[in-house]
Amino acid sequence: MLADKDRIFTNLYGFQDVGLEGAKKRGQWDNTKAILELGPEGIVDIMKKSGLRGRGGAGFPTGLKWSFMPKEIKERPHYLVVNADESEPGTCKDRDIMRNDPHTLVEGCLVASFAMRAHACYIYVRGEFIREREALQRAVDEAYAAKLIGKNNIHGWDFDLYVHHGAGAYICGEETALLESLEGKKGQPRLKPPFPANVGLYGCPTTVNNVESIAVAPTIIRRGADWFAGIGRPNNTGTKVFCISGHVNKPCNVEEEMGIPLRELIDKHCGGVRGGWDNLLAVIPGGASVPLLPKSICDDVLMDFDSLKAVQSGLGTAAVIVMDKSTDVIKAIQRLAYFYKHESCGQCTPCREGTGWMWRVMTRMVKGDAKVSEIDLLQEVSKEIEGHTICALGDAAAWPIQGLIRHFRPEIEKRIAEFAKVAAQ
Amino acid sequence: MSLRRLAPPEIQPASFAFSAENALWAQATIAKYPQGRQASAVISLLWRGQEQEGWVSHPMVESVAKMLSMPFIRVLEVATFYTMFNLEPVGTYLVQVCTTTPCWLRGSDAVVAACKKHIHPHEKTVSADGKFSWMEVECLGACVNAPMLQIDKDFYEDIDGPGTEQLIADLRAGKAIKPGPQNSRTSSEPEGGATSLSDPSLFDGSIIGKYKVQPPQPALTDAEAKKPTQAASDREAPKQKPPGAAT
Repeated sequence: MLADKDRIFTNLYGFQDVGLEGAKKRGQWDNTKAILELGPEGIVDIMKKSGLRGRGGAGFPTGLKWSFMPKEIKERPHYLVVNADESEPGTCKDRDIMRNDPHTLVEGCLVASFAMRAHACYIYVRGEFIREREALQRAVDEAYAAKLIGKNNIHGWDFDLYVHHGAGAYICGEETALLESLEGKKGQPRLKPPFPANVGLYGCPTTVNNVESIAVAPTIIRRGADWFAGIGRPNNTGTKVFCISGHVNKPCNVEEEMGIPLRELIDKHCGGVRGGWDNLLAVIPGGASVPLLPKSICDDVLMDFDSLKAVQSGLGTAAVIVMDKSTDVIKAIQRLAYFYKHESCGQCTPCREGTGWMWRVMTRMVKGDAKVSEIDLLQEVSKEIEGHTICALGDAAAWPIQGLIRHFRPEIEKRIAEFAKVAAQ
Repeated sequence: MSLRRLAPPEIQPASFAFSAENALWAQATIAKYPQGRQASAVISLLWRGQEQEGWVSHPMVESVAKMLSMPFIRVLEVATFYTMFNLEPVGTYLVQVCTTTPCWLRGSDAVVAACKKHIHPHEKTVSADGKFSWMEVECLGACVNAPMLQIDKDFYEDIDGPGTEQLIADLRAGKAIKPGPQNSRTSSEPEGGATSLSDPSLFDGSIIGKYKVQPPQPALTDAEAKKPTQAASDREAPKQKPPGAAT
């Protein structure tokens, strides 16, 4: 178990003072000037060595992403955009960072913007997080008032930080859709390339990072890349905020070591699975988009990018959704299929039409009103959607269904057989 | 995606104008974005308009388009794309119940049933007293406090069917209600007490100055450069055997 002294978000639950004074006591804004004195290359170098992988779901190395930005400012300004459009079902970590530990994020924005030579940063908060937005704005105002950020601040890097918000669209969590939305358009993803580091917000070099990736940066630099790289496993380093929801005795958010065994995570922090470990049916380990895992795999799987990839799932946002044996697992996935149907932006045909089609078939399968051959058809159609769309929403819609078929095909067949039996009578 | 249209003309108001306070706020919001990029403020302005009027009407879309020098259709696109904009009148209290899988697993069906019973059998329909309407929404991002619902700006978490009935009754009677978790939790910690963050030295200020920023060590030093290295002509694969050699 991770020791308290190695936790980055020391006010995750909001038990302490959320304001600037409390944040300073917890070690934030502690000689930030020394961090900036490392220079942009020095900061990016430490971030690369720390092995931090993006916390938004894809797990792209953060330091490498930062290094893609142009090395000097030419005629176009640089921007940092923070993705706080946290909408992946199961995920609620950024919410706690914004409402309870907002100064980690504000300081991170300054450090990251400096490393990428940006003088302006926008934080895009999802529309529903109104109180979180207010809490974050309070922290930004405090930082301005204390001259920690803004023009002529004490750190010597002119920097403006703005809080922006959306209005309820899951797709705006995709980085280019987020940029479109920030420009005042419908949130429909852009084709890549060009990548945002070349042509991003307002056509200028931009980096989009998740809240957690940015918020951990100052602490990593202060304590050194070796400290962060020493936690977890190679290529899966550091600490991570896990969100455990569903059928556990005590659902919670908790910051833990990467690579912690799933069972230990649930038993130590969540009071175990409802009805005991043997009552476990399946776990979705990384937010709605990743395939679920049956109990047999959950018994000894480790919670990090590579271990979960090895069992054909993913760490995603580390949002663990637990289902016990009372769960109708087909209905659980059908509800996710509806989610993706609802949230498809409508730009690419495979996703716009396919998500609705898959939801309708899944709805029939919940009742069992289908043919066994339709399971293969569903699998085939999901493969036609996956990888054939501009953004990853098509993939995200396909994976949960593929996971269900992979691990619970007998369950679906049983449901179909029962329905046929009742219908025949 | 879902099909969304502005309300029919017969219920559209004749005009819309921001209140003096909101108009000032709008100017400040537009100034957050670079010159010529005022369209970025469109979501914020529509949202403020909705806070003022309760829903987004045709005259409001026109008015915002004018303020931001945007074509009407661009603002209409935004108003119909983003699902938090109500395109029809809603009750004084709009109860938004999350029913996505994490909330469903913890019993959001009971919360929906309570809304059906005490507000209206159909979602998005204003109750008889005009005070309430309810709707199912997709994940609101408070999954470890499931099930939950949102009324206006606040989340009401760790709620169940009877709790929802009580909440609606209290609101109807004009009583104050407590936002956040409805059980003993204060936020997202495990119920009954946190399993982490108990070390007092994290909070007493003793951490200030504890960690000194170290400049990264150069990747290579002169000493390393002088080490003998393998010759480029060395072969990694075993040498080929002469023909006829024993295998």
